[in-house]
Amino acid sequence: MTTTAGQKSSAGATASIEERAREVPIVTRGLRKDYEMGAETVRALRGVDVEIEENEYVAVMGPSGSGKSTLMNLIGCLDTPTSGEYWLDGQAVQDLEEDELAEIRNREIGFVFQTFNLLPRASALHNVELPLVYAGVDREERRERAAEALEQVELGDRMDHAPNQLSGGQRQRVAIARALVNRPAILLADEPTGNLDSKTAAEIMSVFDDLHASGQTIIMVTHEHPIAAHAARIITLRDGNIESDDATVAADPVAEMVDS
Amino acid sequence: MRGRGFVFEVVRVALDAIRSNKLRSVLTMLGIVIGIAAVITMVALGQGAQQAVQQQIASLGTDVLTVRPGSGWFRRGGGDRARLTMEDVEIVRRGATAVEGISPEMDQSFQVEYGRANGNFRVVGTSANYTDVNNREVDIGRFFDMQENQGRRRVAVLGSAVPEALGVAPLELVGREISIRNISFTVAGVMEEQGSSAGPFSSDEQIFVPVRTAQYRLMGTDEIESFNATVASASSMDMATMQIEEALRRAHRLRPGESNTFWIQNRADILGTFQQTSQTFTYLLAGIAAVSLLVGGIGIMNIMLVSVSERTREIGLRKALGARRRDILVQFLVEALVLCLAGGALGIGLGAGASRAFAEFAGWNTLVSPEAVTLAVAFSAAVGIFFGLWPARRASLLDPIEALRYE
Repeated sequence: MTTTAGQKSSAGATASIEERAREVPIVTRGLRKDYEMGAETVRALRGVDVEIEENEYVAVMGPSGSGKSTLMNLIGCLDTPTSGEYWLDGQAVQDLEEDELAEIRNREIGFVFQTFNLLPRASALHNVELPLVYAGVDREERRERAAEALEQVELGDRMDHAPNQLSGGQRQRVAIARALVNRPAILLADEPTGNLDSKTAAEIMSVFDDLHASGQTIIMVTHEHPIAAHAARIITLRDGNIESDDATVAADPVAEMVDS
Repeated sequence: MRGRGFVFEVVRVALDAIRSNKLRSVLTMLGIVIGIAAVITMVALGQGAQQAVQQQIASLGTDVLTVRPGSGWFRRGGGDRARLTMEDVEIVRRGATAVEGISPEMDQSFQVEYGRANGNFRVVGTSANYTDVNNREVDIGRFFDMQENQGRRRVAVLGSAVPEALGVAPLELVGREISIRNISFTVAGVMEEQGSSAGPFSSDEQIFVPVRTAQYRLMGTDEIESFNATVASASSMDMATMQIEEALRRAHRLRPGESNTFWIQNRADILGTFQQTSQTFTYLLAGIAAVSLLVGGIGIMNIMLVSVSERTREIGLRKALGARRRDILVQFLVEALVLCLAGGALGIGLGAGASRAFAEFAGWNTLVSPEAVTLAVAFSAAVGIFFGLWPARRASLLDPIEALRYE
């Protein structure tokens, strides 16, 4: 089971981190992040050790201020740690320059945001093309792959629609297509259902479930337990530390099917 | 760099951004439009004036040497010997073989009357070949001839503006008597108009009389103001200059090492001087116009800063999706560049139109040269890059996390 690897992370710490990083896509050791807020130093993360294996489906939970957004930003390479190490796909992220981080975000990570963050004036197709623009893919191929990704989220008939012509669920599916279009190693979702009604949320969660079933590694921040229950493993943060790291009942897709 | 796909995307995003704020973009562009139009118009006026002077001087003939006493326009020093006389003209006529035609001028202002009308005019005593040497034409009637000069006859040929100044139709004057310094002269003809833009060379308000008549009946001196000498061909200019100098130095008994008491000028030199002057003038005008372009550029910078802060979230998103600093920088630079180039294109159109209007309604000679247009395009691009750089840099340095959180 993938979950056991996560739980044994403290045991893995005895091995050299380089060795570990060769086997596990995401490895962090003693990850700390401090922010200067005026004269005060906010210690958002106080030494987090996490390992996440390929094709894991992880939910990150915790009250606001627990450090979960900071952890997501670090894992998403939007930020670098104050101290500690973060290895992504065998690369030491803390040593990278800003442009290298941008390239990793482009190739390895697909972001899904709570507020969708689509370009309002661009069509669904153009929105999905964006990561490919920065990957240096030429126009023809960009269009083809973006169309493919939109079909994957069942929006093949809405490609020319602007975001304001789409429902919330459809917008989030466009955002998911955009996150997937560059075939990232990790899909990072930050409260992906936070702005959706429960019916639409269920629809989006089934998209995530399907993606996981087809082999996609997913990390998702949420504060809703029913949403987190879709994941196979829940990491709970509190005050910048990991409070718990457990497998869920719904980890087994078969069990979930029986459930519903 | 990214491939062509990236260039296409960047231009598309820039056009989208400009289109989505049409009014604002147009107002911003207006600064550049006016700046470029001003530069184009001013340069067109300057170059037009330059061209006019050039044509005027060329029409006077460049194979003409002018000899004046003294050592320059404003330096007449040299005492008694620094005079040119009719005798000098004779010496040059005999001594300088490369000189083809020679035409002296002595002038003085006199009261001129016709009936009750009168006015003060510059009366020029010259030879019968004045029209040939100076490349001029008679409009009505004829110029005086050599016999009339030899016979010190009282004939006069009027500059084209003289009849009007006296309030008489030109045709009516020909054959009639006018009085110059209370001496009666017969009007033989009226010269063709030389044009107002001829500047210091305009002789439209002068009255021409035979030089011997002037010498003996009007001015009582054989001292002349200057003489013009034509040469057979442009290639014998230097030869003619040398011969004139030699002849005059001997006539004036100048010892070796003593400086000339006269001054030989050729039209090509004058042309060069005027060209330089009008060019300086053009630069000055263009410089003043460029200030308005600068103001337009500040407008661009202002609006780009607004655009950057409005699109902070978009910048954050693009960074999250893999845009590097340089990609964001290029994107905003291109937006500023597109604004400036579009404004520049409109400005060139407007400037060309204004230049045409000046030519049409004010009768000024204007010239919109390809160089000026190229310069305007280059200038607007430079303005775009210069004033777009700072806002674009600000955008590129935004922190992706904070940018994504920006409301």
